[in-house]
Parts: sequence; structure tokens; C-alpha cells
Amino acid sequence: MKNAFIGSAVERREDLRFLRGRGEYVDDLSPDGLLYAVILRSPVAHGRLVSIDRGAALRIPGVHAVITAADMPHGPPIIPMRLQPLPEFKPFEQPVIADKKVRYVGEPLALVLAESVALGEDALEAIAVEIEPLPAVADWRVAQRDASLLFESAGSNRALTFNAVRGDADAAFASAPYTRRESFRTQRHFGLTMEPRGVMAEWDAAKGRLTVFGAAKVPFFNRRILAGQIGLAEDAIEMVENDVGGGFGARGEFYPEDFLIPFAAQHIGRPVKWIEDRRENLMAMNHAREAEVDVEIACARDGAILALRGHAHADMGAYMRTNGAVGARNIAQFMAGPYRIANVKLDVSLWMTNKTPVGTYRGPGRFEADFFRERLFDLVAQDLELDRVAFRRRNLIAASEMPYRIATITPYEHKDEYDSGDYQVTLDRCLEEIRWTEKAKLQGQLIDGRYHGLAIGCFIEGGAAGPKESARLAINADGTISVFMGSSAVGQGVETVFAQIAADALEIPIDRIRGAFHGSTAYVSDGYGAYHSRSVVMGGSALLDAAKKFQDALRAVAAKRLGCEGAQVTLGEDKISAPGGQSLPLSAFAGLSVEGAFLNKKHTYSYGAQAAHVAVDAKIGHVEIIDYVVVQDVGRIINPMTLRGQVIGSLVQGLGGAFLEHLVYDDEGQLLTGSLADYLLPTASDFPHLRAVVMDQHPSPINPLGAKGAGEGGLIGAGGVIANAVSNALQSFGADVRELPLTPSRIWEMAQPRRAAAE
Amino acid sequence: MPTRFQVNGKPVSVDVEARTTLADCLRHHLRLTGTHVGCEHGVCGACTVIVDGEAVRSCLLLAAQAEGSSVVTIEGLSNDEALTPLQASFRRHHALQCGFCTPGMITTAHALLSEEPDCDADRVREVLSGNLCRCTGYIAIVEAVLDARAAYKKEDGR
Repeated sequence: MKNAFIGSAVERREDLRFLRGRGEYVDDLSPDGLLYAVILRSPVAHGRLVSIDRGAALRIPGVHAVITAADMPHGPPIIPMRLQPLPEFKPFEQPVIADKKVRYVGEPLALVLAESVALGEDALEAIAVEIEPLPAVADWRVAQRDASLLFESAGSNRALTFNAVRGDADAAFASAPYTRRESFRTQRHFGLTMEPRGVMAEWDAAKGRLTVFGAAKVPFFNRRILAGQIGLAEDAIEMVENDVGGGFGARGEFYPEDFLIPFAAQHIGRPVKWIEDRRENLMAMNHAREAEVDVEIACARDGAILALRGHAHADMGAYMRTNGAVGARNIAQFMAGPYRIANVKLDVSLWMTNKTPVGTYRGPGRFEADFFRERLFDLVAQDLELDRVAFRRRNLIAASEMPYRIATITPYEHKDEYDSGDYQVTLDRCLEEIRWTEKAKLQGQLIDGRYHGLAIGCFIEGGAAGPKESARLAINADGTISVFMGSSAVGQGVETVFAQIAADALEIPIDRIRGAFHGSTAYVSDGYGAYHSRSVVMGGSALLDAAKKFQDALRAVAAKRLGCEGAQVTLGEDKISAPGGQSLPLSAFAGLSVEGAFLNKKHTYSYGAQAAHVAVDAKIGHVEIIDYVVVQDVGRIINPMTLRGQVIGSLVQGLGGAFLEHLVYDDEGQLLTGSLADYLLPTASDFPHLRAVVMDQHPSPINPLGAKGAGEGGLIGAGGVIANAVSNALQSFGADVRELPLTPSRIWEMAQPRRAAAE
Repeated sequence: MPTRFQVNGKPVSVDVEARTTLADCLRHHLRLTGTHVGCEHGVCGACTVIVDGEAVRSCLLLAAQAEGSSVVTIEGLSNDEALTPLQASFRRHHALQCGFCTPGMITTAHALLSEEPDCDADRVREVLSGNLCRCTGYIAIVEAVLDARAAYKKEDGR
């Protein structure tokens, strides 16, 4: 039979348990003998740790232990970087618990093990901590003075400067007829997940085996880190992925707790569970996005972009965490976006500050860079008296220029190219969907008390990080087939899309796929997980390889048993037949298990355009999104329903970043937004008019599915499009958005008559 | 302190500390883990359950305060055989991704539709604005709830 599950809106398998409240998240596990871990965190941003007195806490009935750095004979292990592990970053990596110094509010100081969370929290108040405060480095401007050093031995608060280079930008600027220099800023916010993080660990002393529940995103890599830190062989540790309540880049990286909880379980000889509370989550999970850029563009009078150069500053927080450099690198490497810019010279400096360390948040560096670039483009089009759409169209990379080499990053020496696509098509479709021609006359108009604004921008989304992914197919006793993946689930629906891909590859009904099991280290020999929008491309391609090898293996064993040649065997839905008519049911081959893999060093680049029509109430600073359209070409659509879910879901996160979300610190490095009443997220009533148009006209040439990573696109363009739409709406006030988020007070201020002129 | 109330139609008796929230009591004492805890300060709505017909945040209610009341959780709104019309509508509209906020969305929507089966989109958005979802962007959730109204209208007398 020929299947067409790929491309169909197959309803999700995951939903059947989630909708009944039968998902199993890590906090749902409560084995016998469980102790609860509660963490004492630094109340001070920067200081010398003088002493921790745990005596009074240990005297509370029900408190079993208080663990500090002193309990680690070789000192607290350091968490190594997973991505861009450059030697320059080594001095800035984080110990699993503070030792001698504290560097951010929220840094773990001690771990209490108690009979209940409530008793553990009682014990926190009984621990006496002495910290000798040091001057706090609250942002990158303070950091660059190097007056107060986070790491004295490093001699500087600057961890590194990345350079992104293509062509000769300085030469292009020297002869350019038009240049403009601007600065822009994005605020610190993060990939908050609805499920806070959690870890549960069990130590089997007799067998010398450690089982860690609550793994997510990159369990195999995290097992490698943990094995090294705790002194066990990798195969003595099993990482178990439970249901995961959202990832967004932040969940599942190796955090201090990913060592502390297994260590505590080993130390006390009982299962130990830690569940982050929301206040902890806001100060302990990776932050992101805090960046500022001073950027200059050179153009010909006809609008052709000649060069882009500048310097960005990224606030890294107190430590270089596992993927902390990605966002900063992407700002430099992807500032040019989908546009043809022959000469690029962009530097980005990574500054250590006394705040929560950063990591990736969906669309890392891309949200920031797209805001900087698209806002700059609207200003340039205005200067050159060119239509803003025509300016973008003129500079979009053409289909004939693919693959297109982009700026190279040093010191990482990462070369990259866009794989395929026709960017003009998505721009045209987006203009048509938003009814641009018809609505253009509304630009800046005051209608019924509100100012209308329109904006459009183009984006690309990278995906499919290598080097490898694994998949395995196995026949169950009842003749159904189970799929095992090295990819991880963070809520994106991989159990369904992998079942679709497997059913098509094996040409069997989808209900013969019993399940797509993922994430845990016991399932496949090696796995790489869920980041950089890689699951469908890497996991899906590995699954195709596994399916081919599985069919070959099945033919070979069946031929022997049926007494014919492998090539003569017919593989049916549930039986294997020989030419003579004899057949065996698939269940007769139960236990057959075949693994496949996909290796790839290139990246996919899905792409698109997004446009917004907004109405701004200048009196109260409120913005209504009247219409917002994202058009994205993803190479090949596996499931249009879940894909639209990714586009709209990521767009709303982007709108959160454009309007609401902000982790605010004071000059002493104290986090001022420690609850969901302070850190505002989009709600159901905020943005009801959003649309996603998904296309698959240009398959990726670099993987057998033709798919491209597509989990982040909606978010990437949102900051730039909203900044331009609001600036355009308020053009009669001379509004010019340079900074996010666009809070009501900031919008209200922009809509005031110019104060300088008035005074 | 000994506390007695009904959960999903069955009487329960628990011995809890005075400071135990209803959410912790349901999850840890009664092992009803479908009710999720997302913030413990009443903002996110993931822990929403239905107490005497009203959608309430079980993290803001002490277990002792539930004495004598009737509590319905996501488990009580589900059965083994089939998804309910509201659940099926969520699935059809792709109104969930990671599933963490979903039990709170279902309980909130069920309480709304039971009282107001004719509610319009604005009303649905207003009521659901107390429940945070980080994955879907909400649009599909609102559509799913609107599409499930018909099933509640049939239940006369509600």
C-alpha cells in the first residue's frame, strides 16, 4: 500500500493521555522512601561566601541532610559547555554549587533533604549564611569597566568577542554613497516553561546504578556530563525522559540541580526529588536575549545594501552555561537574515555580569538580530525615499543564488550556507494575505481614536543541527512495531509525526505503529535530542534509514524461514509472503530490532515573511493587533496541524517578548520580577487575531525527507515587525522604537509631543 | 488535621497539615496527579479544579477549606472509553502541545460551558485569560471551547 500520512493533519497520539490528566511529568513520580530536596539560593548578587552554618537546620525533625560544597571532597564539579566549548570560556563555567564566591541571586548554596517540601523550606530559614558583599556588576556597561571582576583569575569580565565576517565591509563603507548608524536594545527575558524544572534520582548501591528521571532535551549529552562528574560509567546511568511541560531551549540543558539531585540520592541512599518552584524558576532557569547593538549600514542610492558592520554586546549573566554562547553568536552571524549583504563585519562581545546565566531561548539571537535589522531597514527606506517593501524585495537573496554562503564566525570558524528556497514567494504571499496594497493608506492614520500602523519583515530559521541522530524499529510480540528515537519530546508532538514518517516508510497503517518512544538513554545506542529545530529533520531522516535497514533485515530472516530469496519476499501490513503463497505473520519475527542513523553537518533554513496591522491607543499606550500573518516555507510539511501550532505558538512567545516579558534587575543585581504577577506572559485575550500560512514549495536538498526545522519562525520576526508597526502608527509623533519591550508606558511616552521642542 | 470532602463523586478522608494546599492534597495525598502546579501563587491556572461547581485555583485553597465540599478534577471529567466532546474538540483543534496547562484549561472551560453554553468568543477569552499556556498561543484553545458548546447545550437543565 502507498501511504500519505506525511502531509496529513493526523490528530496527536499524545493528546489521549494529556487530555485525561494522565501525562506523567517528573513531579508525578513518588517512589517509596522518597526525600524532597529544597535549595538554599544566594540572596546576594556578588560576594565572598564566608560560612554556612547548618546546625540548627539539621536539628529540625524530618530534615535528613544539608549538603554544601564542603561535602564534595574534590570541590564542586564544573558544568562543561555543550555548544561552542571554546577554551576561552573555560574560566567562566559554573560549579554545581557555590564555593568561596557567589555570583548571582539564585545561585545554589546548600541543598536540604527532608521528609516534605514544607519541612525543607522550614529548614532553609534555619541555615545561617555569611556572605561578604562585593560590588555588583549589574549590566555590561559596568562589566566593561573591569572595576569589579566576577572571576579575578580571568582578569576581565569579557569572556570573548565573536567576529562575523563576509567580504570587506570597511572597503565598502569607504566608498558608499549612503550610510546610517543606529543603536538598538533587547531586554532580558526567557523561555519560561509552564512546567517548572524537576529532577528525581534513585541510586541502587548494590548494582552501582543511577537512574535519573526528569531528563529532557539532550539526555545523552547530559548523561555524559553527569558520568564524568559523579565518577560512574555512562552505562551505569539511565536518564529517563518523562512528559515534559515545554522546552523552548531552556528546559533540559545541564543545570546545577542535574548534578546535585543524583549526588544527593547517592549520598543519602534514598530516592530524592527536587521540583523547582516558580520563584526559583525565574532566577535559576537560563535567561536570554539581553543585548545591545551599535550597527551601521551602507547602501547605494537605489537601495542596494552594500555592507553591514557594527558591534553588539551580550549580557551573559554570571557563568557560561552549556549553550550560553549561541544567542550572542547568532546575533552576529544572522544579522543579515535572508538578505543579500556581500560585506559583513559584526563583532559581539560576551560580558559576564552578576545576574542569572543565560542560555538559549527559541530563536536565540535571531529574535534580537531581526529586530535590529528590520527596524534599521525601515529607517533606511525612509531616508532613501524608497518603498519599504521594494527595499526589502530588492535585497532578498534570490532562488538562483542558493546555496548562499553567510558570514563566517571566528574564533569558532563556523562556516554556513542557506540551503534552498525562493524568499520572494513568501514575501508576495504575505503581502497578499495582509492586503498590503489596500491597507497601505492606513499607515499612521488616526481612525476612531487609534493610530494605525503596518509593517512587514522577512526572516530565516536555522534548523537540523548535527552531527547525528539515531532511530530504532522493533517488532513486538503482537506484530505491531515500536519506534525508538534519540530525539526528545518537549511538547511538540514527535510521537505523532514520527509515527507518520514510520508508517509511510514501512507502508503500513499508522495504527500498526504501537508508539514512538523517545528521549530515554535506554532506547537507542546514542541520541542527540531536541534543539535547533532538529527533531523532524534529523530524527525523521534517521527513521527513514532505520526503516530501510529494518526492511532489509526482515527480508533476510523471512527468506530463510520461507525458503526463498530475500528479493522474492513481499512485506505486507502484518505478514511476510513468499512467491509460493506461504506466509508468516509479522508477530513471528517479534524481537527483530534494527537501528538506523542520519549524519549531517549542514543546516536547513526555512524562511518566510510576516506582517502586522496594529492600532495604537496613544492615550493609554495600548496596542491591538488587528491582523498578523506569518508565511513560512518549511521544505516539506509532515503534519500541517502541528506545524501551524508551532508557528502560532512561537509567534505569541515573540509577541510576549515584543510587548510584555522582561526580567528586571536593580543596580545591586536583585531580580525584581520574581513572580508571574511581575513577569508578564501573553494571555488568551491579548492576541486573538493571528494567522499562519505554511508552505512546502522548496524541499531541503540536504536530507532525504526534504524537511527543514520549523519550530521557531513565528517568534523570530515578531520583535522587528511590531517595532516597525508601532513606529509607523505613531509617525506623527516622530516615534522611533529602539528598545523592547513596548510596554504601555513606553508607548505612551513616545506618543507625547516632543518635550525638547515644547520646553 | 482530619478533613473530609468529595472528590469526583467519592467521599475522601485525609489527614493533612493545616498549611497543605488543596493542590498538594490532591496530588500527594490522593495521588490525583492530573492537577498540575505551575506557580503556587494563583496566576497560571494550571491547578484549576471545580469546587461546588466553581472553577478555583487549588494552590490558593487550603485542603482544610475544602471540608464538606464537592471537588471535581480532570480525572473526574475523563473516562477510559472515549474522549469527552470537550476533550475531543481540544484534540481536533490542536489546542494542546506539552499538556501541562491542559487539565486547568479543561476544568476552566467545563465550568464555563456548564454555566454558559451560549458564551461568545470574547467571553471565552475573558475566562481563559486566567489560565496561562506557553505552547499554543491560545487561538486553538478558544476555538476548541467554542466548538464544544453544542455538547453542553444538549444537556438540558445545566
